[in-house]
Amino acid sequence: MLLAGAVAISVLGHLHVGFALTGAPPRGADRYAAGLACAALLAHLAVRFRAPYADPLLLPIAFLLNGLGLVLIQRLDATTPHHLAAADQLRWSGLGVALFVVAAAVLRDHRALQRYAYLAVAAGLVLMLVPVFFPPVNGAHIWIRFAGLSFQPGEFAKILLAVFFAAYLAANRTALALTGRRLFWRLRLLPGRVLGPVLAIWLLSVGMLVLERDLGTSLLFFGLFVIMLFTATGRTGWIAIGLALAALGAYAVGTLEPHVHSRVEDWLHPLASIERGEGPGQLAQSLFAFGAGGLLGAGLGHGQSFLIGFAAKSDFILATAGEELGLAGLTAILLLYGILVHRGFRAGLALRDPFGRLLATGLASIIALQVFGIAGGVTGLIPLTGMAMPFLAQGGSSVVTNWIIVALLVRLSDCARRPLPDEGAEGRG
Amino acid sequence: MIRHIRWCAWFCALLLAALLVNAARVQVWEAAAYRDNPANKRAAVERWARPRGDILVEGRPVTGSRDSRQLLRWERTYADGPLYAPVTGFASQTYGTSLLERAEDALLAGTDPGLTAFPVWYDLARGRPDGGNAETTLVAAVQQAGYTALEGKRGAVAALEPLTGRILALVSSPSYDPGELSGTGTAVTAAWTRLNEDPARPMLNRALHETYPPGSTFKVVTAAAALDAGVVTDVDAPTRTPDPYPLPGTRTLLPNAASGCEDASMADAVRWSCNTVMARIGVRVGLRGMAEAARRFGFNDAGLRVPAWVSRSNFDTDMSPDQLALSAIGQFNTKATPLQMARVAAAVASGGELPAPYLVERATRADGTQIRTGGRSGGSGRAMTPSTALRLQELMVGAVEDGTARNAAFAGAVVGGKTGTAQHGVGNAGTPYAWFIGWAKAEDEPLPGVAVAVVVEDASGDRGDISGNGAAAPIARAVMEAALRAGP
Repeated sequence: MLLAGAVAISVLGHLHVGFALTGAPPRGADRYAAGLACAALLAHLAVRFRAPYADPLLLPIAFLLNGLGLVLIQRLDATTPHHLAAADQLRWSGLGVALFVVAAAVLRDHRALQRYAYLAVAAGLVLMLVPVFFPPVNGAHIWIRFAGLSFQPGEFAKILLAVFFAAYLAANRTALALTGRRLFWRLRLLPGRVLGPVLAIWLLSVGMLVLERDLGTSLLFFGLFVIMLFTATGRTGWIAIGLALAALGAYAVGTLEPHVHSRVEDWLHPLASIERGEGPGQLAQSLFAFGAGGLLGAGLGHGQSFLIGFAAKSDFILATAGEELGLAGLTAILLLYGILVHRGFRAGLALRDPFGRLLATGLASIIALQVFGIAGGVTGLIPLTGMAMPFLAQGGSSVVTNWIIVALLVRLSDCARRPLPDEGAEGRG
Repeated sequence: MIRHIRWCAWFCALLLAALLVNAARVQVWEAAAYRDNPANKRAAVERWARPRGDILVEGRPVTGSRDSRQLLRWERTYADGPLYAPVTGFASQTYGTSLLERAEDALLAGTDPGLTAFPVWYDLARGRPDGGNAETTLVAAVQQAGYTALEGKRGAVAALEPLTGRILALVSSPSYDPGELSGTGTAVTAAWTRLNEDPARPMLNRALHETYPPGSTFKVVTAAAALDAGVVTDVDAPTRTPDPYPLPGTRTLLPNAASGCEDASMADAVRWSCNTVMARIGVRVGLRGMAEAARRFGFNDAGLRVPAWVSRSNFDTDMSPDQLALSAIGQFNTKATPLQMARVAAAVASGGELPAPYLVERATRADGTQIRTGGRSGGSGRAMTPSTALRLQELMVGAVEDGTARNAAFAGAVVGGKTGTAQHGVGNAGTPYAWFIGWAKAEDEPLPGVAVAVVVEDASGDRGDISGNGAAAPIARAVMEAALRAGP
């Protein structure tokens, strides 16, 4: 039912954009609706048969967000006739759903992933390293261009690193929590033998990202690392150290690196470029868009968020949602993410194996941090870091990655809620 | 571990709460500030998102809109731009609006609350009714007659219907095409620069915004003041004025251009335009009487709107007697817009009522239903008594029949007029301004149908021709003929 609702909302949005912009339904709307419904049905059947106990909210929310993203991109396409993105995004979404179905069908038990922890980390590092050898796009070495398609392999690396962190921390949890020299009070230094590989990989990934100038992803990895370490060891001291390190790193990067420094300046004074007579910057345009939306929004197709220009469909997609759907629509979207993250954490709580718990926490945190990073960035709450709004933003690798995350969450929640004959129905769901 | 996952979940909930609070801050609290930021193009995009309402002359639009397919989508177009530019003004996406486009902007752009019966609904739905139309009082034939007769010389024509104040023609020359300024881009900025740097100042609306010394045409006001004040009771009685006339308190002698002004009556003084007689009458009326009469005729009023604003015409209220003498013949600091002098002629023609001139007859919605009408009943008050107006009508008819204004006469009409040749510039070295004010009554009509004022700045050619009768009266005749032919 919920899934049908999600599909219906997406199709209605699609039609609405067509009517608002041209006064006629968009061409091929019937095929669009049928395709979306087929994809939803396939995904539903996959879950129904391969993960019958999975959380029933995950798939509909993912579909709704993906559908809304397609609607918004299609709407922005109308203002950039020479740079259409909706069709590509639709293809990538199809691929994402297909991978979702495959993952749900093939992966019977998430614990199987635990065995591939080192393979995952190796693959993740390679994926992050490869784009360095490709020409930069918009100042960032995060793209691979191949046969006319472009990928952002760093997106996939997120999952791989989460899997590795979960597996490694689950295996060395006891050692991490209980050994090590005591510094003072409850703060204990972790044993280098255990922590070494984790730190090394983390430093490597962050270093690489700084080299590739992808601030958003590096911050995401850092946050993910701190959260998973805290969850695994339960040491509040690590939070303090993590935050201190983060603050220090942010300060250093913010003052030294000009690219980041300008982002911070933009955040502190979003309207400064107007006063200098250079016209509104991206963040100012984004704030204008949100402001123009007001409580109820201008209505789909009636806003002017395209004034943002560059990255309106990717990083700043939320500004279009804010302008055309208003605070009401924006709140609804953010709450959808909230429910998605909440369901992830609930699966983590209900699972009994440490690896599953850590993985669920990690995946939910990836979504939460990403949403906070980009939504906070475009609304001027925090400095802008290049992250993709999960499911909404234009970007093939991101959509596919998010579908895999949802597939993993479906699998994890299925395990969490599956009644165990030998242990009784402990997982409360 | 369970506890820590819960903590993480709470932390994420905190982040979500921060996002929502911040979104509300941006979208509700700061929304108005962002909306009003001049760098925010949304207002402009919305403003030009639909065709603007039109300005109509005799039911035919003289404006239009063109789909530019740019961000600011609909650009203004003008049919006959230079002819109507002194009325329409421009509506530019780069330089704002002027004249009627400015004064009726709310109507034309669709923001006037009168355009819809349900303004609250439009506010809620964020829609905007289609722009309304402004139907002007202009008569195309009269406008065209004035524009053609000026032949591109620097000058202006203002023609009114004396009883109602309807503006029949408002011509300024040389003119420009406001369509050149409509859009955005380098062509528009280049046109703007070129028009502003043009020494002929084509964008200056000479009929409304330029004030000229009215010269001898002001003698009509002086004569009215004298009659109303009782300083002159018999217009045909000799005034015992010397020629030349020594300005009071000085040794300066005021000469006459005309001959036979010594001891002339006021009737002859108007007919032959005797400076000496009228200057002395002005002095005899006195500063307070003259200033009061000028005020009643509409001078020193900075608040006139037609509905585009009109420059203030000046008559000094604090002067020495010699300055008053010069002011009484339309020199010194006396300045008037052509529209103001047309009102003076109209006041005489209408029997003493000063008309309130107006340009917009009706404001309608896009579908043609009327939302308001123009014009002010009762005009701007009484400029002189009806008997004074009757006397002045006779004097002005005399000036046309066998005085200085003979070139204004045409068949089938009774025409009253007064010429003027105003000195200006340092030491009066500038080419004099040629003036004519007057009115015309079709022979079979009981009341005058048109009052007109014409000023020509640079009557080229032979200097003897630079006079009200030579340069301005023929233009006025063409305009008045066109107005009477077009009928009420």
